Amino acid sequence: MTTKPAVIVFPASNCDRDVAVALEQATGAKPQMVWHGDADLPDTDFIVLPGGFSYGDYLRCGAMASNSPIMRAVVEKAKAGTPVLGICNGFQILCETGLLPGALMRNANLTFVCRTVTLMVENNQSIFTRGFEQGQFVDFPVAHHDGNYFADDETLSRLEGEGRIALRYVDNPNGSARNIAGLLNDAGNVFGLMPHPERVISPLLGGIDGTTFFKGALEAAA
Amino acid sequence: MKAKITVTLKNGVLDPQGKAIEGALAGLGFEGASDVRQGKLIELKLDETDEASARAKAEEMCKKLLANPVMENYAIEIVA
Repeated sequence: MTTKPAVIVFPASNCDRDVAVALEQATGAKPQMVWHGDADLPDTDFIVLPGGFSYGDYLRCGAMASNSPIMRAVVEKAKAGTPVLGICNGFQILCETGLLPGALMRNANLTFVCRTVTLMVENNQSIFTRGFEQGQFVDFPVAHHDGNYFADDETLSRLEGEGRIALRYVDNPNGSARNIAGLLNDAGNVFGLMPHPERVISPLLGGIDGTTFFKGALEAAA
Repeated sequence: MKAKITVTLKNGVLDPQGKAIEGALAGLGFEGASDVRQGKLIELKLDETDEASARAKAEEMCKKLLANPVMENYAIEIVA
């Protein structure tokens, strides 16, 4: 079990505290909170880019944040194999840095979608989804305006063939290509997803599928 | 010099905002408007004094930040 997760905090991140609570629940220790303007990462073995609206979503969602000083260090760590998890705005940032292919566009129906959705675990062989059974259905909340995943057909077919679409929407809320909800990089150590596992870590919050998610991922990162 | 950079969605990329604008135009009674696409116009001043280097700089800005090549095209116009 990793004990050194780090959460990157951008201006207008708003799920950083929630994800810190989820990480603490899984590891028993408070994670390190790292300001986006820092140039260096602390000693860490698991990095989280939290949800929110970094830089007010100016220009494109995640575009500014992907050029923050800390992101150079995050990209370097990711390329060296450190697990990096991007949730919601974090997923958008990962696409903007190029750590994940494709882009997240305005929802096809133009509405901000805020509700719990059911996802199917398409690949449980990743460090991020190993807590789940293959083919299991899990319920995570979504809350976004720009979750409509886009990539060209060739890329999509390659992602599909390589088992990198780890989570898929059962009932697509945003027009996302091939119902993609969560996507792995080719090495399997970078994962982006639009839904919020950190919002379902207690029966009081409506479920514990997020607890399973974080426990599995952090155990694997050890 | 000034650069005017137009960022547009690539052909084939769904543009829900363009579609909504098209619907609103039809609702206002404007007939015969179709294929509405929405983009962005970014204007900036550059210290460069010759057009070639101004264009080269704007090009680099587009590649690094102003446009996302996954889904967007850009066009640069340099004006004195």
